[in-house]
Amino acid sequence: MENYLVALGVTAGLYALMAIGLNVIWGMAGLVNLGLVGFFAVGAYTSALLTTKLGVAIGVGMVAGAVAGGVAGALVALITARLRGDYLAIVTLGFAESLRTTASNETWLTNGTDGISGIPGPWRSVLTPSEFNLAYLALVVVIVLIAYLLAQRLSYSPFGRVLRAIRDDEQVAAVAGKPVLAFKVLAFAIGCTALGLAGALYAHYTSFVVPDIFVPLLTLYIKMALLSGGVGNNRGAVLGGLVVVIFLEGTRFITPYIPWLGAVQAAALQQFLVTAALLVVLRFRTRGLVPEPPDHPILRRT
Amino acid sequence: MALLEVRDVTRQFYGVHALNGVTLDVTPGAITGLIGPNGAGKTTLFNCLSGVVPPNTGRIVFDGQDITGWRADRITRAGLVRTFQIARGCPRLTVRENLLLYGAAQPGEGVFTALLRTRRMLARESELMARAEAIATRLRLGAVIDNPAAALSGGQKKLLEIGRALMTEPKLILLDEPLAGVNPTLCREIGERLQEIVADGITLLLIEHQMDMIARLCDHVIVMAEGRRLTEGTFDEVAADVTVQDAYMGGARWAS
Repeated sequence: MENYLVALGVTAGLYALMAIGLNVIWGMAGLVNLGLVGFFAVGAYTSALLTTKLGVAIGVGMVAGAVAGGVAGALVALITARLRGDYLAIVTLGFAESLRTTASNETWLTNGTDGISGIPGPWRSVLTPSEFNLAYLALVVVIVLIAYLLAQRLSYSPFGRVLRAIRDDEQVAAVAGKPVLAFKVLAFAIGCTALGLAGALYAHYTSFVVPDIFVPLLTLYIKMALLSGGVGNNRGAVLGGLVVVIFLEGTRFITPYIPWLGAVQAAALQQFLVTAALLVVLRFRTRGLVPEPPDHPILRRT
Repeated sequence: MALLEVRDVTRQFYGVHALNGVTLDVTPGAITGLIGPNGAGKTTLFNCLSGVVPPNTGRIVFDGQDITGWRADRITRAGLVRTFQIARGCPRLTVRENLLLYGAAQPGEGVFTALLRTRRMLARESELMARAEAIATRLRLGAVIDNPAAALSGGQKKLLEIGRALMTEPKLILLDEPLAGVNPTLCREIGERLQEIVADGITLLLIEHQMDMIARLCDHVIVMAEGRRLTEGTFDEVAADVTVQDAYMGGARWAS
Protein backbone atom coordinates (compact mmCIF):
# COMPACT_ATOMS: atom_id res chain seq x y z
CA MET A 1 0.00 0.00 0.00
CA GLU A 2 2.79 2.39 0.93
CA ASN A 3 4.55 1.74 -2.35
CA TYR A 4 1.29 2.21 -4.17
CA LEU A 5 0.75 5.62 -2.59
CA VAL A 6 4.29 6.70 -3.38
CA ALA A 7 3.89 5.56 -6.99
CA LEU A 8 0.63 7.48 -7.09
CA GLY A 9 2.50 10.54 -5.85
CA VAL A 10 5.11 10.21 -8.59
CA THR A 11 2.39 9.88 -11.24
CA ALA A 12 0.56 12.90 -9.84
CA GLY A 13 3.83 14.86 -9.93
CA LEU A 14 4.38 13.96 -13.57
CA TYR A 15 0.80 14.98 -14.41
CA ALA A 16 1.35 18.28 -12.58
CA LEU A 17 4.58 18.90 -14.50
CA MET A 18 2.85 18.21 -17.80
CA ALA A 19 -0.11 20.40 -16.85
CA ILE A 20 2.32 23.25 -16.06
CA GLY A 21 3.80 22.78 -19.54
CA LEU A 22 0.37 22.73 -21.14
CA ASN A 23 -0.53 25.87 -19.23
CA VAL A 24 2.23 27.81 -21.00
CA ILE A 25 1.02 26.61 -24.41
CA TRP A 26 -2.73 26.57 -23.97
CA GLY A 27 -3.42 28.51 -20.76
CA MET A 28 -1.18 31.46 -21.50
CA ALA A 29 -0.76 31.59 -25.29
CA GLY A 30 -4.13 29.98 -26.11
CA LEU A 31 -2.56 27.53 -28.56
CA VAL A 32 -4.24 24.16 -28.94
CA ASN A 33 -1.95 21.16 -28.60
CA LEU A 34 -3.48 17.70 -28.75
CA GLY A 35 -0.09 16.07 -29.24
CA LEU A 36 1.07 16.34 -25.62
CA VAL A 37 1.79 12.64 -25.35
CA GLY A 38 4.05 12.88 -28.41
CA PHE A 39 6.39 15.32 -26.67
CA PHE A 40 6.22 13.17 -23.53
CA ALA A 41 7.29 10.22 -25.73
CA VAL A 42 10.14 12.23 -27.31
CA GLY A 43 11.54 12.91 -23.83
CA ALA A 44 11.06 9.31 -22.66
CA TYR A 45 12.65 7.70 -25.73
CA THR A 46 15.51 10.22 -25.92
CA SER A 47 16.60 9.61 -22.36
CA ALA A 48 15.95 5.86 -22.53
CA LEU A 49 18.00 5.43 -25.71
CA LEU A 50 20.88 7.65 -24.57
CA THR A 51 21.23 5.88 -21.22
CA THR A 52 20.74 2.29 -22.42
CA LYS A 53 22.50 2.40 -25.79
CA LEU A 54 25.21 5.00 -25.26
CA GLY A 55 25.67 4.66 -21.52
CA VAL A 56 25.10 8.35 -20.90
CA ALA A 57 24.61 9.43 -17.25
CA ILE A 58 20.96 9.48 -16.12
CA GLY A 59 20.97 13.19 -15.30
CA VAL A 60 22.38 14.04 -18.71
CA GLY A 61 19.79 11.77 -20.32
CA MET A 62 16.97 13.58 -18.52
CA VAL A 63 18.25 17.00 -19.58
CA ALA A 64 18.59 15.70 -23.14
CA GLY A 65 15.01 14.38 -22.97
CA ALA A 66 13.74 17.79 -21.87
CA VAL A 67 15.74 19.58 -24.58
CA ALA A 68 14.55 17.10 -27.23
CA GLY A 69 10.94 17.74 -26.15
CA GLY A 70 11.51 21.50 -26.44
CA VAL A 71 13.15 21.23 -29.86
CA ALA A 72 10.32 18.99 -31.09
CA GLY A 73 7.87 21.57 -29.76
CA ALA A 74 9.62 24.41 -31.58
CA LEU A 75 9.64 22.41 -34.82
CA VAL A 76 5.95 21.55 -34.59
CA ALA A 77 5.16 25.20 -33.85
CA LEU A 78 7.11 26.31 -36.93
CA ILE A 79 5.47 23.71 -39.16
CA THR A 80 2.00 24.66 -37.93
CA ALA A 81 2.70 28.41 -37.94
CA ARG A 82 -0.27 29.20 -40.13
CA LEU A 83 -2.77 26.89 -38.43
CA ARG A 84 -4.97 27.56 -35.47
CA GLY A 85 -7.95 26.15 -33.60
CA ASP A 86 -9.30 22.83 -34.89
CA TYR A 87 -6.66 22.58 -37.62
CA LEU A 88 -3.83 22.97 -35.15
CA ALA A 89 -5.52 20.37 -32.95
CA ILE A 90 -5.70 17.80 -35.76
CA VAL A 91 -2.08 18.28 -36.83
CA THR A 92 -0.70 18.03 -33.29
CA LEU A 93 -2.83 14.93 -32.70
CA GLY A 94 -1.43 13.46 -35.90
CA PHE A 95 2.10 14.33 -34.80
CA ALA A 96 1.77 12.29 -31.61
CA GLU A 97 0.11 9.37 -33.38
CA SER A 98 2.70 9.19 -36.16
CA LEU A 99 5.44 9.30 -33.53
CA ARG A 100 3.84 6.33 -31.76
CA THR A 101 3.55 4.41 -35.02
CA THR A 102 7.16 5.21 -35.84
CA ALA A 103 8.27 3.94 -32.41
CA SER A 104 6.31 0.72 -33.04
CA ASN A 105 7.88 0.08 -36.42
CA GLU A 106 11.47 1.35 -36.36
CA THR A 107 12.63 -1.72 -34.52
CA TRP A 108 16.34 -1.07 -35.10
CA LEU A 109 16.12 2.02 -32.91
CA THR A 110 13.24 1.59 -30.49
CA ASN A 111 12.95 -2.20 -30.33
CA GLY A 112 9.43 -1.79 -31.75
CA THR A 113 6.42 -2.93 -29.77
CA ASP A 114 8.64 -4.90 -27.39
CA GLY A 115 9.81 -1.57 -26.02
CA ILE A 116 13.03 -0.68 -24.24
CA SER A 117 13.57 -2.33 -20.89
CA GLY A 118 16.28 -2.07 -18.28
CA ILE A 119 16.38 1.74 -18.32
CA PRO A 120 18.57 2.68 -15.35
CA GLY A 121 17.07 4.55 -12.39
CA PRO A 122 19.05 6.98 -10.27
CA TRP A 123 20.59 5.45 -7.10
CA ARG A 124 18.85 2.19 -7.90
CA SER A 125 21.89 0.05 -7.12
CA VAL A 126 22.32 1.41 -3.61
CA LEU A 127 18.66 1.69 -2.53
CA THR A 128 15.96 -0.85 -1.74
CA PRO A 129 12.93 -0.64 -4.10
CA SER A 130 10.81 1.24 -1.56
CA GLU A 131 13.64 3.64 -0.75
CA PHE A 132 14.05 4.20 -4.49
CA ASN A 133 10.37 5.02 -4.79
CA LEU A 134 10.59 7.56 -1.99
CA ALA A 135 13.76 9.14 -3.33
CA TYR A 136 12.17 9.40 -6.75
CA LEU A 137 9.06 11.01 -5.30
CA ALA A 138 11.29 13.59 -3.61
CA LEU A 139 13.07 14.26 -6.92
CA VAL A 140 9.77 14.70 -8.76
CA VAL A 141 8.39 17.01 -6.06
CA VAL A 142 11.48 19.21 -6.25
CA ILE A 143 11.28 19.36 -10.05
CA VAL A 144 7.56 20.22 -10.00
CA LEU A 145 8.25 22.95 -7.45
CA ILE A 146 11.02 24.45 -9.60
CA ALA A 147 8.88 24.19 -12.75
CA TYR A 148 6.01 25.89 -10.91
CA LEU A 149 8.21 28.77 -9.74
CA LEU A 150 9.66 29.30 -13.21
CA ALA A 151 6.20 29.18 -14.79
CA GLN A 152 4.98 31.74 -12.25
CA ARG A 153 7.82 34.05 -13.21
CA LEU A 154 6.87 33.74 -16.86
CA SER A 155 3.23 34.32 -16.06
CA TYR A 156 3.97 37.51 -14.14
CA SER A 157 6.29 39.07 -16.72
CA PRO A 158 6.03 41.11 -19.92
CA PHE A 159 6.67 37.81 -21.76
CA GLY A 160 3.55 36.28 -20.21
CA ARG A 161 1.60 39.45 -21.02
CA VAL A 162 2.47 39.09 -24.72
CA LEU A 163 1.37 35.43 -24.66
CA ARG A 164 -1.98 36.40 -23.12
CA ALA A 165 -2.37 39.13 -25.74
CA ILE A 166 -1.78 36.55 -28.49
CA ARG A 167 -4.42 34.36 -26.84
CA ASP A 168 -6.90 37.24 -27.04
CA ASP A 169 -6.08 38.63 -30.49
CA GLU A 170 -3.01 37.75 -32.52
CA GLN A 171 -3.32 40.74 -34.83
CA VAL A 172 -3.49 43.17 -31.94
CA ALA A 173 -0.30 41.66 -30.51
CA ALA A 174 1.41 42.15 -33.90
CA VAL A 175 0.27 45.77 -34.14
CA ALA A 176 1.53 46.22 -30.56
CA GLY A 177 4.98 45.57 -32.03
CA LYS A 178 5.44 41.94 -30.96
CA PRO A 179 6.86 39.30 -33.34
CA VAL A 180 3.94 36.90 -32.87
CA LEU A 181 5.44 33.79 -34.49
CA ALA A 182 8.57 33.95 -32.33
CA PHE A 183 6.42 34.12 -29.19
CA LYS A 184 4.27 31.19 -30.31
CA VAL A 185 7.34 29.08 -31.04
CA LEU A 186 8.80 29.96 -27.64
CA ALA A 187 5.55 29.08 -25.85
CA PHE A 188 5.48 25.70 -27.59
CA ALA A 189 9.16 25.07 -26.90
CA ILE A 190 8.89 25.94 -23.21
CA GLY A 191 5.75 23.87 -22.65
CA CYS A 192 7.15 20.90 -24.57
CA THR A 193 10.38 21.06 -22.56
CA ALA A 194 8.29 20.34 -19.45
CA LEU A 195 6.51 17.51 -21.30
CA GLY A 196 9.82 16.04 -22.47
CA LEU A 197 11.23 16.21 -18.96
CA ALA A 198 8.14 14.44 -17.62
CA GLY A 199 8.68 11.72 -20.23
CA ALA A 200 12.32 11.25 -19.22
CA LEU A 201 11.35 11.12 -15.53
CA TYR A 202 8.73 8.51 -16.36
CA ALA A 203 11.20 6.34 -18.29
CA HIS A 204 13.76 6.28 -15.50
CA TYR A 205 11.10 5.63 -12.89
CA THR A 206 9.40 2.63 -14.53
CA SER A 207 12.63 1.49 -16.30
CA PHE A 208 10.50 0.45 -19.27
CA VAL A 209 9.02 2.31 -22.24
CA VAL A 210 6.83 0.81 -24.92
CA PRO A 211 4.80 2.57 -27.66
CA ASP A 212 1.50 1.44 -26.13
CA ILE A 213 1.99 3.88 -23.24
CA PHE A 214 1.85 6.90 -25.50
CA VAL A 215 -1.81 6.81 -26.50
CA PRO A 216 -3.97 9.95 -27.03
CA LEU A 217 -5.87 9.20 -23.80
CA LEU A 218 -2.89 10.49 -21.82
CA THR A 219 -3.12 13.81 -23.71
CA LEU A 220 -6.76 14.06 -22.71
CA TYR A 221 -5.97 13.36 -19.06
CA ILE A 222 -3.43 16.20 -19.04
CA LYS A 223 -5.94 18.50 -20.68
CA MET A 224 -8.50 17.41 -18.12
CA ALA A 225 -6.03 18.17 -15.33
CA LEU A 226 -5.56 21.76 -16.50
CA LEU A 227 -9.22 22.22 -17.35
CA SER A 228 -10.40 21.14 -13.91
CA GLY A 229 -7.54 22.87 -12.09
CA GLY A 230 -7.91 26.20 -13.90
CA VAL A 231 -6.71 27.10 -17.40
CA GLY A 232 -4.22 29.95 -17.19
CA ASN A 233 -3.27 29.31 -13.57
CA ASN A 234 -0.07 27.46 -12.62
CA ARG A 235 -1.45 26.64 -9.19
CA GLY A 236 -4.50 25.19 -10.91
CA ALA A 237 -2.22 23.11 -13.14
CA VAL A 238 -0.51 21.49 -10.12
CA LEU A 239 -3.80 20.97 -8.28
CA GLY A 240 -5.45 19.60 -11.41
CA GLY A 241 -2.64 17.07 -11.87
CA LEU A 242 -3.17 15.82 -8.32
CA VAL A 243 -6.94 15.74 -8.59
CA VAL A 244 -7.00 13.82 -11.87
CA VAL A 245 -4.59 11.14 -10.66
CA ILE A 246 -6.39 10.75 -7.34
CA PHE A 247 -9.67 10.48 -9.18
CA LEU A 248 -8.40 8.05 -11.83
CA GLU A 249 -6.97 5.82 -9.15
CA GLY A 250 -9.65 6.45 -6.54
CA THR A 251 -12.46 5.21 -8.76
CA ARG A 252 -10.62 1.89 -8.88
CA PHE A 253 -11.66 1.30 -5.27
CA ILE A 254 -15.33 1.99 -5.82
CA THR A 255 -16.03 -0.68 -8.43
CA PRO A 256 -15.26 -3.72 -6.18
CA TYR A 257 -18.20 -2.67 -4.01
CA ILE A 258 -20.57 -3.27 -6.89
CA PRO A 259 -20.22 -7.05 -7.14
CA TRP A 260 -22.57 -7.67 -10.04
CA LEU A 261 -20.29 -5.71 -12.42
CA GLY A 262 -17.93 -7.60 -14.70
CA ALA A 263 -14.36 -6.39 -15.27
CA VAL A 264 -15.22 -4.63 -18.52
CA GLN A 265 -18.26 -2.97 -16.98
CA ALA A 266 -16.18 -1.89 -13.98
CA ALA A 267 -13.62 -0.23 -16.24
CA ALA A 268 -16.41 1.50 -18.15
CA LEU A 269 -17.96 2.70 -14.90
CA GLN A 270 -14.59 4.12 -13.87
CA GLN A 271 -14.42 6.14 -17.10
CA PHE A 272 -18.00 7.23 -16.58
CA LEU A 273 -17.27 8.48 -13.05
CA VAL A 274 -14.25 10.44 -14.26
CA THR A 275 -16.32 12.06 -16.98
CA ALA A 276 -19.14 12.84 -14.57
CA ALA A 277 -16.70 14.43 -12.14
CA LEU A 278 -15.26 16.64 -14.88
CA LEU A 279 -18.75 17.74 -15.89
CA VAL A 280 -19.64 18.57 -12.29
CA VAL A 281 -16.45 20.62 -11.88
CA LEU A 282 -17.04 22.50 -15.12
CA ARG A 283 -20.70 23.11 -14.31
CA PHE A 284 -20.05 24.67 -10.92
CA ARG A 285 -16.51 26.02 -11.44
CA THR A 286 -16.58 26.99 -15.09
CA ARG A 287 -13.06 28.36 -14.92
CA GLY A 288 -11.61 25.49 -12.89
CA LEU A 289 -10.94 24.89 -9.21
CA VAL A 290 -8.39 27.75 -9.07
CA PRO A 291 -9.46 30.25 -11.75
CA GLU A 292 -7.00 32.48 -13.56
CA PRO A 293 -6.62 35.80 -11.72
CA PRO A 294 -8.15 38.85 -13.45
CA ASP A 295 -4.74 40.47 -13.90
CA HIS A 296 -1.05 39.69 -13.50
CA PRO A 297 0.71 42.67 -11.90
CA ILE A 298 4.47 42.52 -12.34
CA LEU A 299 5.34 45.23 -9.84
CA ARG A 300 3.93 45.40 -6.36
CA ARG A 301 1.12 47.96 -6.16
CA THR A 302 1.80 50.98 -4.02
CA MET B 1 8.74 66.83 -46.69
CA ALA B 2 6.02 64.24 -46.24
CA LEU B 3 6.16 61.92 -43.22
CA LEU B 4 4.40 59.19 -45.17
CA GLU B 5 4.59 58.72 -48.93
CA VAL B 6 2.31 56.20 -50.60
CA ARG B 7 3.09 55.46 -54.24
CA ASP B 8 0.87 53.42 -56.60
CA VAL B 9 -0.13 50.91 -53.94
CA THR B 10 -2.39 48.11 -55.16
CA ARG B 11 -4.02 45.24 -53.35
CA GLN B 12 -6.41 42.61 -54.69
CA PHE B 13 -8.50 40.07 -52.86
CA TYR B 14 -9.48 37.14 -55.11
CA GLY B 15 -9.72 39.38 -58.17
CA VAL B 16 -11.39 42.30 -56.39
CA HIS B 17 -9.22 45.40 -56.71
CA ALA B 18 -9.53 46.91 -53.24
CA LEU B 19 -6.65 49.31 -53.94
CA ASN B 20 -6.11 50.44 -57.50
CA GLY B 21 -2.88 52.39 -57.36
CA VAL B 22 -3.17 54.76 -54.41
CA THR B 23 -0.76 57.66 -54.26
CA LEU B 24 -0.84 60.15 -51.42
CA ASP B 25 1.32 62.08 -48.95
CA VAL B 26 0.79 62.77 -45.26
CA THR B 27 2.40 65.94 -43.99
CA PRO B 28 3.78 65.90 -40.45
CA GLY B 29 2.33 67.77 -37.51
CA ALA B 30 -1.31 67.81 -38.56
CA ILE B 31 -4.48 65.76 -38.71
CA THR B 32 -5.09 64.61 -42.26
CA GLY B 33 -8.59 63.35 -42.98
CA LEU B 34 -9.15 60.29 -45.18
CA ILE B 35 -12.73 60.06 -46.38
CA GLY B 36 -14.65 58.26 -49.05
CA PRO B 37 -17.72 56.09 -49.47
CA ASN B 38 -17.88 52.58 -48.03
CA GLY B 39 -15.74 50.22 -50.10
CA ALA B 40 -13.41 52.99 -51.26
CA GLY B 41 -10.44 51.06 -49.83
CA LYS B 42 -9.66 53.22 -46.79
CA THR B 43 -9.35 50.37 -44.30
CA THR B 44 -7.49 48.20 -46.81
CA LEU B 45 -5.03 51.06 -47.23
CA PHE B 46 -4.58 51.16 -43.43
CA ASN B 47 -4.04 47.39 -43.45
CA CYS B 48 -1.31 47.79 -46.07
CA LEU B 49 0.31 50.73 -44.29
CA SER B 50 0.36 48.95 -40.93
CA GLY B 51 1.61 45.62 -42.31
CA VAL B 52 -1.50 43.67 -41.41
CA VAL B 53 -1.92 42.87 -45.12
CA PRO B 54 1.04 43.34 -47.52
CA PRO B 55 0.40 45.39 -50.68
CA ASN B 56 0.67 43.60 -54.04
CA THR B 57 2.61 46.39 -55.72
CA GLY B 58 3.64 49.95 -54.99
CA ARG B 59 5.89 51.64 -52.45
CA ILE B 60 5.35 52.94 -48.94
CA VAL B 61 7.97 55.25 -47.48
CA PHE B 62 7.66 56.28 -43.84
CA ASP B 63 10.01 58.79 -42.25
CA GLY B 64 12.53 58.31 -45.05
CA GLN B 65 12.49 54.50 -44.79
CA ASP B 66 10.98 52.13 -47.34
CA ILE B 67 8.62 50.00 -45.22
CA THR B 68 6.83 48.22 -48.08
CA GLY B 69 6.03 44.63 -47.12
CA TRP B 70 7.38 44.90 -43.57
CA ARG B 71 5.71 42.83 -40.87
CA ALA B 72 3.23 44.63 -38.61
CA ASP B 73 5.38 44.45 -35.48
CA ARG B 74 8.39 45.98 -37.25
CA ILE B 75 6.30 48.85 -38.66
CA THR B 76 4.98 49.61 -35.20
CA ARG B 77 8.50 49.66 -33.80
CA ALA B 78 9.50 52.08 -36.58
CA GLY B 79 6.93 54.57 -35.23
CA LEU B 80 3.81 53.95 -37.32
CA VAL B 81 0.91 52.44 -35.38
CA ARG B 82 -2.74 51.94 -36.25
CA THR B 83 -5.98 51.56 -34.33
CA PHE B 84 -8.77 49.20 -35.33
CA GLN B 85 -12.17 50.21 -36.64
CA ILE B 86 -13.98 47.79 -34.36
CA ALA B 87 -12.21 48.37 -31.07
CA ARG B 88 -10.46 45.07 -30.43
CA GLY B 89 -8.48 45.48 -27.27
CA CYS B 90 -7.37 42.27 -25.67
CA PRO B 91 -10.65 41.73 -23.78
CA ARG B 92 -9.26 39.54 -21.01
CA LEU B 93 -6.39 41.85 -20.17
CA THR B 94 -7.07 44.84 -17.95
CA VAL B 95 -6.92 48.38 -19.34
CA ARG B 96 -3.54 48.77 -17.63
CA GLU B 97 -2.21 45.54 -19.16
CA ASN B 98 -3.54 46.56 -22.58
CA LEU B 99 -1.59 49.81 -22.31
CA LEU B 100 1.57 48.15 -20.96
CA LEU B 101 1.44 45.57 -23.75
CA TYR B 102 1.97 48.33 -26.33
CA GLY B 103 5.08 49.65 -24.56
CA ALA B 104 8.18 49.53 -26.76
CA ALA B 105 11.57 48.01 -25.92
CA GLN B 106 10.61 45.73 -23.05
CA PRO B 107 13.53 43.60 -21.83
CA GLY B 108 11.07 41.42 -19.90
CA GLU B 109 9.67 40.07 -23.14
CA GLY B 110 12.77 37.86 -23.36
CA VAL B 111 12.35 34.48 -21.67
CA PHE B 112 15.55 34.55 -19.65
CA THR B 113 15.11 38.14 -18.53
CA ALA B 114 11.57 37.24 -17.46
CA LEU B 115 12.81 34.20 -15.51
CA LEU B 116 15.55 36.21 -13.80
CA ARG B 117 13.33 39.26 -13.13
CA THR B 118 16.32 41.49 -13.81
CA ARG B 119 16.54 45.01 -12.49
CA ARG B 120 16.44 46.30 -16.07
CA MET B 121 13.11 44.58 -16.63
CA LEU B 122 11.61 45.99 -13.44
CA ALA B 123 12.92 49.49 -14.18
CA ARG B 124 11.41 49.48 -17.67
CA GLU B 125 8.16 48.12 -16.29
CA SER B 126 7.88 50.97 -13.80
CA GLU B 127 8.66 53.53 -16.52
CA LEU B 128 5.91 52.07 -18.68
CA MET B 129 3.58 51.91 -15.70
CA ALA B 130 4.02 55.66 -15.14
CA ARG B 131 3.41 56.30 -18.83
CA ALA B 132 0.34 54.06 -18.90
CA GLU B 133 -1.14 55.81 -15.88
CA ALA B 134 -0.49 59.25 -17.37
CA ILE B 135 -2.14 58.25 -20.65
CA ALA B 136 -5.10 56.66 -18.86
CA THR B 137 -5.63 59.82 -16.81
CA ARG B 138 -5.40 62.00 -19.89
CA LEU B 139 -7.96 59.85 -21.71
CA ARG B 140 -10.26 59.75 -18.65
CA LEU B 141 -9.70 56.02 -18.23
CA GLY B 142 -8.10 56.37 -14.79
CA ALA B 143 -11.13 55.07 -12.92
CA VAL B 144 -11.36 51.87 -14.95
CA ILE B 145 -7.64 51.19 -15.33
CA ASP B 146 -7.80 47.85 -13.51
CA ASN B 147 -11.00 46.63 -15.15
CA PRO B 148 -10.84 44.06 -17.92
CA ALA B 149 -11.02 45.73 -21.34
CA ALA B 150 -14.12 43.64 -22.11
CA ALA B 151 -16.03 45.58 -19.44
CA LEU B 152 -15.49 49.01 -21.04
CA SER B 153 -18.23 50.95 -22.82
CA GLY B 154 -18.00 51.43 -26.57
CA GLY B 155 -16.60 54.95 -26.21
CA GLN B 156 -14.05 53.88 -23.60
CA LYS B 157 -12.87 51.10 -25.91
CA LYS B 158 -12.23 53.71 -28.60
CA LEU B 159 -10.25 55.77 -26.09
CA LEU B 160 -8.26 52.69 -25.09
CA GLU B 161 -7.41 52.11 -28.78
CA ILE B 162 -5.95 55.63 -28.91
CA GLY B 163 -4.17 55.14 -25.57
CA ARG B 164 -2.55 51.92 -26.70
CA ALA B 165 -1.30 53.60 -29.87
CA LEU B 166 0.21 56.39 -27.76
CA MET B 167 2.09 53.84 -25.62
CA THR B 168 4.29 52.91 -28.59
CA GLU B 169 5.67 56.49 -28.70
CA PRO B 170 4.68 56.79 -32.36
CA LYS B 171 5.41 59.43 -34.96
CA LEU B 172 2.25 58.66 -36.92
CA ILE B 173 -1.03 57.14 -35.77
CA LEU B 174 -3.54 55.77 -38.28
CA LEU B 175 -6.98 56.15 -36.72
CA ASP B 176 -9.69 53.97 -38.23
CA GLU B 177 -13.05 55.54 -37.38
CA PRO B 178 -12.33 56.47 -33.78
CA LEU B 179 -15.70 58.22 -33.55
CA ALA B 180 -18.01 55.61 -35.07
CA GLY B 181 -20.86 54.77 -32.73
CA VAL B 182 -19.74 57.31 -30.14
CA ASN B 183 -22.22 59.81 -28.70
CA PRO B 184 -21.83 63.50 -29.72
CA THR B 185 -20.50 64.69 -26.34
CA LEU B 186 -17.80 62.03 -26.23
CA CYS B 187 -17.08 62.72 -29.92
CA ARG B 188 -16.18 66.29 -29.11
CA GLU B 189 -14.08 65.10 -26.21
CA ILE B 190 -12.18 62.56 -28.32
CA GLY B 191 -11.71 65.35 -30.89
CA GLU B 192 -10.10 67.54 -28.21
CA ARG B 193 -7.80 64.69 -27.16
CA LEU B 194 -6.75 64.22 -30.79
CA GLN B 195 -5.89 67.91 -31.05
CA GLU B 196 -3.78 67.62 -27.89
CA ILE B 197 -1.96 64.63 -29.36
CA VAL B 198 -1.12 66.60 -32.51
CA ALA B 199 0.04 69.51 -30.37
CA ASP B 200 2.52 67.05 -28.80
CA GLY B 201 4.07 66.54 -32.24
CA ILE B 202 2.37 63.30 -33.30
CA THR B 203 0.91 63.17 -36.80
CA LEU B 204 -2.55 61.68 -37.34
CA LEU B 205 -4.21 60.17 -40.38
CA LEU B 206 -7.92 59.88 -39.65
CA ILE B 207 -10.58 57.79 -41.36
CA GLU B 208 -14.01 59.09 -40.32
CA HIS B 209 -17.54 59.30 -41.63
CA GLN B 210 -18.71 62.08 -39.31
CA MET B 211 -18.18 65.01 -41.64
CA ASP B 212 -18.68 67.71 -39.02
CA MET B 213 -15.76 66.25 -37.05
CA ILE B 214 -13.63 65.97 -40.20
CA ALA B 215 -14.43 69.63 -40.95
CA ARG B 216 -13.51 70.65 -37.42
CA LEU B 217 -10.33 68.60 -36.97
CA CYS B 218 -8.63 68.31 -40.35
CA ASP B 219 -6.67 71.01 -42.18
CA HIS B 220 -6.31 68.72 -45.15
CA VAL B 221 -8.67 66.07 -46.46
CA ILE B 222 -7.93 63.27 -48.93
CA VAL B 223 -10.87 61.64 -50.70
CA MET B 224 -10.71 58.03 -51.85
CA ALA B 225 -13.11 56.20 -54.17
CA GLU B 226 -12.89 52.82 -55.85
CA GLY B 227 -9.40 52.10 -54.58
CA ARG B 228 -7.87 55.37 -55.74
CA ARG B 229 -7.25 58.86 -54.49
CA LEU B 230 -10.00 60.95 -56.00
CA THR B 231 -8.97 64.40 -54.89
CA GLU B 232 -7.66 66.35 -51.92
CA GLY B 233 -7.76 69.80 -50.40
CA THR B 234 -9.39 71.63 -47.53
CA PHE B 235 -12.69 70.24 -46.32
CA ASP B 236 -14.69 73.00 -48.02
CA GLU B 237 -12.87 72.43 -51.30
CA VAL B 238 -13.50 68.69 -51.42
CA ALA B 239 -17.08 69.06 -50.17
CA ALA B 240 -17.81 71.38 -53.08
CA ASP B 241 -16.20 69.01 -55.58
CA VAL B 242 -18.74 67.47 -57.95
CA THR B 243 -16.69 64.26 -58.39
CA VAL B 244 -16.76 63.75 -54.62
CA GLN B 245 -20.51 64.20 -54.53
CA ASP B 246 -20.79 61.71 -57.39
CA ALA B 247 -18.65 59.19 -55.56
CA TYR B 248 -20.81 59.36 -52.45
CA MET B 249 -24.07 59.28 -54.38
CA GLY B 250 -22.90 56.46 -56.68
CA GLY B 251 -23.00 58.73 -59.72
CA ALA B 252 -26.77 58.99 -59.68
CA ARG B 253 -27.90 62.59 -60.05
CA TRP B 254 -31.44 63.20 -58.94
CA ALA B 255 -31.75 66.67 -60.41
CA SER B 256 -31.07 66.73 -64.10
